[in-house]
Amino acid sequence: SLFYQTAGYKGPYGYQKRREGDGRSCVRYKCGLTNTIQDVLRQRPGWMEVKDDGEWDFNWCDVGWLRENFDHSYMEEHVRICHFRNHYELTRKNLMVKNLKRYRKTLEREAGRIEASKCDFFPRTFELPSEYHLFVEEFKRSPGSTWIMKPVARSQGKGIFLFQKLKDIMDWKKVTPCGNDGSRSEEQRDETQVESYVAQRYIENPYLISGRKFDLRVYVLVTSYIPLKAWLYRDGFARFSSTRFSLTSIDDQYVHLTNVAVQKTAPDYDPEKGCKWQMQQLRRYLTARHGTETIEALFKDVDNIFVRSLQSVQKVIINDKHCFELYGYDILLDQDLKPWLIEVNASPSLTASSQEDYEMKCCLLEDTLHIVDMEGRLTGREKRVGGYDLMWNDGPVYREDVNLETLGSACFTANTHLGCVNDRKKQLRQLLKPFPGKKRI
Amino acid sequence: MMDEGTELSLTIAQIVQRLKATHLHSQIERQAKECLHRPEIQLESLKEDVRNFLKASGWERKLQNAVYRELHVQPLPSHPAAPPEHAKEPLAYMRKAQVNWEKRILKSLNSMCTELGVPLARKRPAVEQKELTNKWNEMGTDEPDLSRFRPVYAPKDFLEVLISLRNPNHDSSEEASAKSHWGLIQVPLHDRDIPQMREAYSELSLTTGQLGIDDHTHVPPDLFESEHTRIGKKVVNEQDSAAAQQYSRQGCPTGLRADLWALILNSTNEPEDVMHYEQLKAGVIHHDLLVDNLIYKDVKLTASNDDYYFVFEDFLYQVLLCFSRDTAVLEHFSYNSATPPKSYIQGKVGVEEFAVVYPPNGVIPFHGFSMYVAPLCFLYNEPSKLYSVFREMYVRYFFRLHSVSSSTSGIVSLCLQFERLLQTHLPQLFYHLREIGAQPLRIAFKWMVRAFSGYLSTDQLLLLWDRILGYDSLEIVAVLAAAVFAFRAENLMEVTSLTSAEVSVPRPQAGRLSPTHTHTGFHSGPWLLK
Repeated sequence: SLFYQTAGYKGPYGYQKRREGDGRSCVRYKCGLTNTIQDVLRQRPGWMEVKDDGEWDFNWCDVGWLRENFDHSYMEEHVRICHFRNHYELTRKNLMVKNLKRYRKTLEREAGRIEASKCDFFPRTFELPSEYHLFVEEFKRSPGSTWIMKPVARSQGKGIFLFQKLKDIMDWKKVTPCGNDGSRSEEQRDETQVESYVAQRYIENPYLISGRKFDLRVYVLVTSYIPLKAWLYRDGFARFSSTRFSLTSIDDQYVHLTNVAVQKTAPDYDPEKGCKWQMQQLRRYLTARHGTETIEALFKDVDNIFVRSLQSVQKVIINDKHCFELYGYDILLDQDLKPWLIEVNASPSLTASSQEDYEMKCCLLEDTLHIVDMEGRLTGREKRVGGYDLMWNDGPVYREDVNLETLGSACFTANTHLGCVNDRKKQLRQLLKPFPGKKRI
Repeated sequence: MMDEGTELSLTIAQIVQRLKATHLHSQIERQAKECLHRPEIQLESLKEDVRNFLKASGWERKLQNAVYRELHVQPLPSHPAAPPEHAKEPLAYMRKAQVNWEKRILKSLNSMCTELGVPLARKRPAVEQKELTNKWNEMGTDEPDLSRFRPVYAPKDFLEVLISLRNPNHDSSEEASAKSHWGLIQVPLHDRDIPQMREAYSELSLTTGQLGIDDHTHVPPDLFESEHTRIGKKVVNEQDSAAAQQYSRQGCPTGLRADLWALILNSTNEPEDVMHYEQLKAGVIHHDLLVDNLIYKDVKLTASNDDYYFVFEDFLYQVLLCFSRDTAVLEHFSYNSATPPKSYIQGKVGVEEFAVVYPPNGVIPFHGFSMYVAPLCFLYNEPSKLYSVFREMYVRYFFRLHSVSSSTSGIVSLCLQFERLLQTHLPQLFYHLREIGAQPLRIAFKWMVRAFSGYLSTDQLLLLWDRILGYDSLEIVAVLAAAVFAFRAENLMEVTSLTSAEVSVPRPQAGRLSPTHTHTGFHSGPWLLK
C-alpha cells in the first residue's frame, strides 16, 4: 500500500500534521451491508472493496460478523472497524438501564442529588423477569399507569406491547430467570437464549403535533471512550405516527410506535406520503411555537442525554482504538418539553425511505468516514467536520475558543447544532485537502 | 379631482363609520366610563385625563392598530361620481373579463352539482352531526369517496383567461418589434421599473441587514441577528402594528414571527373572535356544502402529500370548512374585482330576494387553495387564532392572486412584471425559451398564484411572506420568480422543450427550491434592483 507524504504541510491551525505519513491513499474495505453505506464506500476516491478473506484496512460490518470474528481478528494499528466489541452495554435495553442506574448512583454519591438528577431522562424501567418484584411494587404505586414491554434484543418495534393491568404479564413469572446464578459465562448471558424484556413506564403525555406523536432520531459518532470523544450530527429527523394519538387504543400499535418499520405495515401507510420531518423543520416549528430560549434549553437537555448515557458506559466498554461507532439515538419529547431517552441503536437503519433520506444518509456516512480519517487529512484539533460538531472531547466542547482572555467570561455555549443549518459542503471545502492524487478543484 | 383635504376627511369619516360597529369601540367606551372612578381623573381636565389613561393602558395603541388595519384594506375614496364597481376594479375590460370567468366557474360548479346529483347545500341528519362533532379534531382520518369530484379549476385554466385579456382601447396593430412584449400577457399595465423598485424596497439592499441571507452581506449576519431580535422583542411589547410592519421588511426571527404577523394583521384572539369561530364550526356541523368536498379533495391532493405540511391536515379542514361559511368575508368584495356567485332558491331565478351567495363566503376554492393556509399552521396551532390570521391574509393579499384586476398586487400585474423583468434583464434566455415553446410564464405562473407555497421550504417561504406583509404588496413574488430564472439561466439555455425546462427549474415534488436558490433569488432580487 502506498503512503501519502505530508512532509512540510501545516494544517489549518498552523500545526504540523499530527499523523504525518499516516494517511493512506488506497484503502481496502469490507462491507457487510447492502444499502447506502455500500454506495458511499464505493464512491470514495482511493477505496477498494476486498472480497471474502482478503486483507482489509476498514470494515463496515454488522454486529453478527463482529460477534463471530472480532475476537479472532488481528488488526494492525491503522485498521478501523465500525463497532465496539461490547457495544450492547449501551444498546441493549436491559444493559443500558443497568449501566445508567449504576452511574446515577455513583454520581449521587460523588456529586450530590442535583447532579444525579441530570440522569433522570429515562422512564422507570425494570428488567424482567429478574426484577419482577421491584417492578410490581412500582406498578402498584402508580395505579392506572400505562407500561410498555420491550424485548431486550429485538429491533424495528418487534415484540413490543403496551399494558395497563398486571394480569397481562402474569406469564412472566413462569419464565426461568437467566444469568442470575452466575453459572453462565458473560458471553452466554449476553446471547440470551431465553428472551428477556424490560418493562418501562410509558410516557402518556407525549408532545403532539397536530394530534400526532413523533420521536426523534439523532446520530452520534463515538471515536473513543477513554478518553470520551463524541460527535453530534446536525441532521436527523422526527418520525411521526401515521394516526392520531389516543390512550384509549393502546392495542393499536400503529398509534404508539413511531418506528418507520412499524409504520410501513400500518393499513393506511402511504409510502409516497412523508411521515418524517427533517430535524431542521422540527426545530423551526418548535421555536416558532415556544420561542428561541425555551427550545435552546430543550436542545441543551437533549445534549445532556447523549453525554450522560455515554459516560455511564465509559468504564464498561472495551476501548479498542480500532473501533468507532455511529449510534442512532431515539428521543421522545413530552408535553412539558422534557426529552426522554427511548433507546440507543448501534446499527441505525441506513436504508433510505426517500430521495431526501438517501441524500441525508449519504452525507452522514461520508462525514463519518471523514472523521475516521483513513486518509490522514485531519489534524485532530477540528471542532467541526462537515455536518458533525464535536460535542465532547474528554470534557465539554464550546463554540467559543477558550483561552486566557475568555476564561473569565461566564458565557460558554456548547458546540452542538442539532437541527441547525448544515452547510457541510462549504465547511468541508475549507477544511479538507483534496484526496491524495487529486488536485484541488 | 378631489383635493387632499376632502380626500382625508372622507377617509376619516369612512374609518370612523367602520370602527363604530366594532367590538373595540364598545370596549374603549366601557374603559373610558370605568376609568372615571380612578383618582387621577379630575373633572376640570376630564377629556385630557381620560385620553391619558387610554394611552397609558394600551387602548390608544389598539385603536391605532385598528385604524391602521382599516387603512390597509379600504380602497381609496374615489371621485364622488364614480360608481361602486370602480372601487372593485376601475378598468371596464378587466371587469368584463372577471365577470365572464366567474360565469364559467359557476357553470362548472352547477354542472358538477347536477351530474353528481349532489346538492349545493344540505342539512346534516342528527346522527351525522354527532359523528362530525366527535371527529372534529381528526377529520383527516375520514376517507370519503372523492373520485367523482373534480377541482372547479386549476391555475392553468386561469392562466389561459389572463393570456386572452385585451384592452380594446389599445392599438396593438404595430408590427412586432424588439420593443414589443414577448410574453403571454398582452395588456398595457403600468409597472414599477427597476429604479423605482430599488427605492421602494430600499430595506432589501445588500447594505442593509437581512434575515435569510447569509452570503454576500455587508453586515455580519450574527451581529445583525441579535440586534434585530432585540428590536423585534421591543416591537412585540409595544404592540404597534405599524412598527411591526416596518420591522418585517428585514425578516422576522422565528421565535417572534407568530406575534409579529398577528400584530401586522391586527389579528386578535379575543373572546368574540373565538366565539365567531365556534359559530362557524357550528355551521359546519349543521350543514354540508358541496364545496366541502372540493376542500377535502384539495387538501388530500396537495397539502397531505407535502413533506412539510402533511402533519397539519386536520387543521386545514378546521380552517377551510369554517372559512367557506364566514359571511364576514363578503365585505372584501367591495374592493375585490370578483363578485360572489349567486344562486337562487329553486324556481326563483333572477329574483333578488331569493338570491343566496354560494358558498356563504363567496369564495370558490380551486386546486391548490389549501396551500394558502398550510404555512400558517407552522406558526399558530389554536384553530381560532389560525383562522383569524388566515382570513386576514386572504382578504388583504391572497384574493388578488386569483381574480382579474389591474391592481399592482394583482396576478395580472405580477405576471406582466415577471415577464418584463425577464425580457429586460435576460433577453437571450427569454428569446430562447420562447423559441422552444416554453414561455417562462407557463412555468412560473403556478408559483406566483400560490405565493410560492409548496415551492419553497417553509423557512424560505415564511421569509418571503415576511416581506409581503412588510411591503404590503405581492410585487416581490414576481421579482422572486424572475430571480429564480436568473439563477438557473445557464441550465435553461440548454433545454430544448417545455418539459425539460420545467425539470430544469426546481419542481414542486422536490419540495422546494434549495435555500441557496432562494438566498440568491432574494439577493439577486436586490441585485436585479441594483
